[in-house]
Amino acid sequence: MTGAGAPVVEVAQARVSLGGTEVLHGIDLRIDPGEMVALLGANGSGKSTLLRTIVGVFPLDSGHARLFGSPVARSRSHDRLGYVPQDATDGGSIPATARETVATGLLGARTWRPRLRDPRVMRALESVGMAALADRPITRMSGGRRRRVMIARALVREPRFLVLDEPFSGVDLPTQEMIARLFRELSTQGTTILVVLHEIGPLSEDIDRAVVLDHGEVVHDGAVEDRPLLDPGHDHTHHATPIDECLGQELDHA
Amino acid sequence: MISAFDLLTSDVIRYPLIIAVLIGLTAPVVGTFLVQKRLSLLGDGLGHVALTGVAAGWLVGAWISVSPHDLLAIPGALIASVLGALAIEYVREIGHTSRDVALAILFYGGIAGGVVIIQLAGGTSQNLMGYLFGSLSTVTATDLTIALVLAVVVLAVGLGLSGLLAAVTTDEEFARASGLPVRLVNVLIAVMAALTVTLSMRIVGALMVSALMIVPVAAAQTMVVGFGRTMRTAMAIAVLAALGGLLITVYVDLPPGGVIVLLSIGVYALGLISRAVLGSPRRRERPASGHSGEPAAEQPGPSTPGQRETQAAQRGVSSTARTPHHPA
Repeated sequence: MTGAGAPVVEVAQARVSLGGTEVLHGIDLRIDPGEMVALLGANGSGKSTLLRTIVGVFPLDSGHARLFGSPVARSRSHDRLGYVPQDATDGGSIPATARETVATGLLGARTWRPRLRDPRVMRALESVGMAALADRPITRMSGGRRRRVMIARALVREPRFLVLDEPFSGVDLPTQEMIARLFRELSTQGTTILVVLHEIGPLSEDIDRAVVLDHGEVVHDGAVEDRPLLDPGHDHTHHATPIDECLGQELDHA
Repeated sequence: MISAFDLLTSDVIRYPLIIAVLIGLTAPVVGTFLVQKRLSLLGDGLGHVALTGVAAGWLVGAWISVSPHDLLAIPGALIASVLGALAIEYVREIGHTSRDVALAILFYGGIAGGVVIIQLAGGTSQNLMGYLFGSLSTVTATDLTIALVLAVVVLAVGLGLSGLLAAVTTDEEFARASGLPVRLVNVLIAVMAALTVTLSMRIVGALMVSALMIVPVAAAQTMVVGFGRTMRTAMAIAVLAALGGLLITVYVDLPPGGVIVLLSIGVYALGLISRAVLGSPRRRERPASGHSGEPAAEQPGPSTPGQRETQAAQRGVSSTARTPHHPA
């Protein structure tokens, strides 16, 4: 079922509701091993909801979602998954240190060995440039640094599939470049990456495919350069049109 | 005057002392996870429900004429608080009622059930006073056995699975994505809280049970950083407060629960004051810098493993000399 060539993600006719309102209206998505896929779309288009459905946080109303060939709801398929949620968690009320936070990422990972815990945690923190702050509570970090700790928490699992919800938000440009280089390296080594982005940014050269969502539907699934784009010169705020509606108009012309 | 010899040989004093140590060890373990989940008042809600259990145990005891009347009070409290814990997790899971409203209903339902049922059992609310505020005079060998069993269960789960429990309480979304048994862990924590409530009720009292879960954790947070250190420090504080409070009440006629809780709050206040005077825990040790002064070692750099290690080594050297401090 999980042999080479089998899709890492297979979503078919997925419908998902939040608070009684349907947010995803029958999404189809397939991601093959080693691909780096960008998930794009305006605010409220359903990007994060789709991501959370793929990682098993939100249940499906209908349709199906598979990870490495097994249903998302079955925990067996999560041991090769590294997930970076959108909201940099404040880590609850007790200020856990960066080291402790990253260590929680080892749980449920198939490569976990207690003896190797600390070196692996430190290596993950090093890879995002946070090793020097390992013993600082994440509650006392800036949003950008917290985000880097969250990336380290996903990386420590040595995931075969990395799912990132806006990994660059709040992160300064030099660090964005550093993290992008890291993703590039992982991608070269065969890690499959699904990343929600607002701008293609530092990963523009690396993304194999762009999937664009609009109002809970896939409106583009193909080459990055062919994606429907808002004309940068087009001042949609001038017309007081919401950005997602602008995106829809662009699509009509396309 | 009671001598140290009496303390060690008289069951009347020895039993409560052992239970006090058990409470001091277990309550902060559960409390750490509750505080992390922002469910600090859960223990309080369960304490109230346990009171209904005490009264129900009393009622059943009266029906089947057991002696003494309150033989089934603690088992009743155990059952009621575990059921209450499961109910609140269920309500949280289905999400129809907000968590604080569900907790409030647990509070009122628990206390109302207690006073009504105790009357039905032929008692008065006076009979509940010992359970509400705690007392030393009623501790029996059976209580000690129950407390020991409950404490072992809570400590084994709370410390043995601390990594898992910390992961789930810290970030439920990430835990779900990692395939961790989130629902099971939430139920486990709620049930552990119920067991701790039952174990602590005799001495500390249902109204103050939760204080020993929460106050030592709050006190520890003023002194140390990090999840594990907070838990261990809270355990030390709670054991000292429970033992100290109990010893005071051996010599001075005061309610043990109240004295223990006041001692814990005293430690918390001392922690706050010392933090105000000395600064945050470990502040001066930590290398820190603001965004503008990002350390050179954190700049993007080569990321092959070998180079990364070299970087880390450099970072280790430079981190001690890093200035200025600027909390992010």
